[in-house]
Amino acid sequence: MPVLLMGNEAIARGAIEAGIRVATSYPGTPASEIMTALMHFGPEAGVYTEWSVNEKVAVEIAAGAAYAGARALVSMKQMGLNVAADAVMSLAYIGVKGGLVLVVADDPGPHSSQTEQDTRLFARFAKLPVLDPSCPREAYEMTKYAFKLSETLNLPVIVRPTTRVSHACQEVEVGTIPPRPPVPGFVKDPRWVIMPSLAARQHVWLNKQQERARAEFAASPFNAVQLEGPVGVIAGGPSYFYVTEALERLDVKLSLLKIGTPYPLPEELVREFLTRMERVLIVEEQEPVVEDQVIRLAWRNRLPVELSGKHDGYLPREGEFNVDRVAAALARFLKLEQENPAPGLPALPPLPARPPLFCAGCPHRGSFYAFKQAARDQEVIFTGDIGCYTLGAAPPLAAMDTCLCMGASLGLAQGLARVQPGTRLVAFIGDSTFFHAGLPPLVNAVHQQTPLVVVVLDNETTAMTGHQSHPGLATGTGQRAVDIARVARACGVETVLTADPLDLEATMAVARQALAAPGPALVILRHPCPQITKPATRYRVNADACTGCRTCIDELGCPALVPADGSVMINSTCTGCGLCAKICPAAAMEEVV
Amino acid sequence: MDILIAGVGGQGIILASRALASAAVTAGLAVRTAETIGMAQREGSVVSHVRLGVQEAGPLIPYGAADILLALEPAEACRNLKYLRPGGKALVSTAPVIPVLAALGSSPYPLEDILAYLQSNLSGCRCLDALALAREAGSPRTLNLVMLGALVNFGLPFPADVLLAEALKLLPASVHEMNRRAFELGRRALEV
Repeated sequence: MPVLLMGNEAIARGAIEAGIRVATSYPGTPASEIMTALMHFGPEAGVYTEWSVNEKVAVEIAAGAAYAGARALVSMKQMGLNVAADAVMSLAYIGVKGGLVLVVADDPGPHSSQTEQDTRLFARFAKLPVLDPSCPREAYEMTKYAFKLSETLNLPVIVRPTTRVSHACQEVEVGTIPPRPPVPGFVKDPRWVIMPSLAARQHVWLNKQQERARAEFAASPFNAVQLEGPVGVIAGGPSYFYVTEALERLDVKLSLLKIGTPYPLPEELVREFLTRMERVLIVEEQEPVVEDQVIRLAWRNRLPVELSGKHDGYLPREGEFNVDRVAAALARFLKLEQENPAPGLPALPPLPARPPLFCAGCPHRGSFYAFKQAARDQEVIFTGDIGCYTLGAAPPLAAMDTCLCMGASLGLAQGLARVQPGTRLVAFIGDSTFFHAGLPPLVNAVHQQTPLVVVVLDNETTAMTGHQSHPGLATGTGQRAVDIARVARACGVETVLTADPLDLEATMAVARQALAAPGPALVILRHPCPQITKPATRYRVNADACTGCRTCIDELGCPALVPADGSVMINSTCTGCGLCAKICPAAAMEEVV
Repeated sequence: MDILIAGVGGQGIILASRALASAAVTAGLAVRTAETIGMAQREGSVVSHVRLGVQEAGPLIPYGAADILLALEPAEACRNLKYLRPGGKALVSTAPVIPVLAALGSSPYPLEDILAYLQSNLSGCRCLDALALAREAGSPRTLNLVMLGALVNFGLPFPADVLLAEALKLLPASVHEMNRRAFELGRRALEV
């Protein structure tokens, strides 16, 4: 009996069946649920799991286990690979003993990311083989296979799902969890110590491994050929299914080459396909990774085949694909008239914009409101960071002037401070992000004595990605919580203050104190995320007292506050944070007892 | 059968799509879903694509292909009408979720126009005050179960009790009774 699995759960299942001993990760959409599932099912299978402080550390821990001959999995989102890049690039030269699989989830669209970078391109840059699943079931199979491949090649292997694999569900026939062989153990050997002389030798080895990987992929069941005449399509990842559906809609049959192993490309298989083709359209999301390799292959073999894809504008390099986009490209490629499948309906009424924003009761609302109030008479720049609190940029709070990447709030603020001495710099960073990438720039600010207020928005979780733990919490057995205030003091921050952001007066007081401090100051605004706590109370509006001034709506932008007949209504999403009651000039908000 | 579920982050759309998909797997059908997880979950527009009985297909429903549009919010119903196939059916909860931008007055929310548009342009559209039924069941949060209950009247490829059982598996036992009531109220509201 198959079970319904989300792509990320299927990957986790595949890894457990492959006998992993260690799994590490840092949360990031769309990869987070791989570790969530491993934490659920892993301990029973004897798998050590952890949310690591960041992706670089996560890769190093998994690599350490693999050095000792154990199988290990590390999962992250595409930009996490940038953080881990230093370790990954060198690890390709050093290699591994036990199977090491990096699952790196890409986010074309993007839905929940700062970039649309293509991990297949990164894999080629790092000279690591990469597998590109088309659906959750294939992600499960590829993950299991990736460990064998890693041990055959002694190289880390990347599995690259996209959002539409990671966050898609499908019925999957799962296998059994076999008993695992004992860990061989770490054997001391100069091969583990990278030196320029070793790197020079290993680079030759690494380049040879590319050809071994290519040979392995030549017979891979993840690649498949269907011949239907001299016009064809090469596709991989979820695009493969967009192509099969689009062809069905257009009612045409074309030759089809499915590529599940985009790098290194199995050249013999592709060459054989191309020799039978006159025209081929290459359909892949993001960068022309397969397309570039196919063009080079055709050129080097002087194959008389016309190759289309991104370079001649049939398909874009940006955004996410779907059946409609692929069908339009195929219709153009085949010079077919395409019927508009959308129903011909009259023009829609105007619809409300509905961007994401802070939940009702979110403590970040209080943090930003209080800091904006406290800094009202000053020239300030609020630098921001990655997390739920990035939504503080939205109106009406509009309290975030920059957002770049994990930890950049502190670094950008220091650069701005150097060239705008009259401006006060306030860097907002979440608790999990502070540990992930905030410590080196904090040390830097202390060392250089750069005037800067760091505000750690501590909601006691990694909220945006689904409420994962982090080093500031002790949620597992044997863990110890790392205290942010003590870390800051130990780094040499002299002004370290703490307040509850739902206590507006206290928060404004610490904000004023920090803004007046001479050197780097750090403020911890701590209140748990309302998504993981039960609301203690809620508020309602006394319609007789409400003057309809709309201060609450206009200042706070809380989704629980809705205009109603010249007054305001508080809807059922209220968690009783009380911010509206605190700022209401008419004292019209009452606690529901 | 392709079902597009539309609504607002926090309304329990992922639970609804998982329950439908699990029920279909129980009935021996091949299933694909695609969910909105991540940033948009924070009060943003969200959709789940649920494809039942499909083999060689991706998780995304093409435009103009959905058999059913299950909308937990009226503006989100309109926003996603492009997915509905000609002659497809829509089941819409009429209670609006007013976005902050509309509350601030910087974005329109013409509720009457939206409901009138749905009623007059979609012959297969059924509107339902699911919020009132959810309140009657015990909590506005059971709105998703009201809608699943109502949906069974549209002819699903598995029995209603299988769908309810799969939905309850995704909820803590403490709220089972309330959600059972919500499902039943929704089912009866549209019973022919």
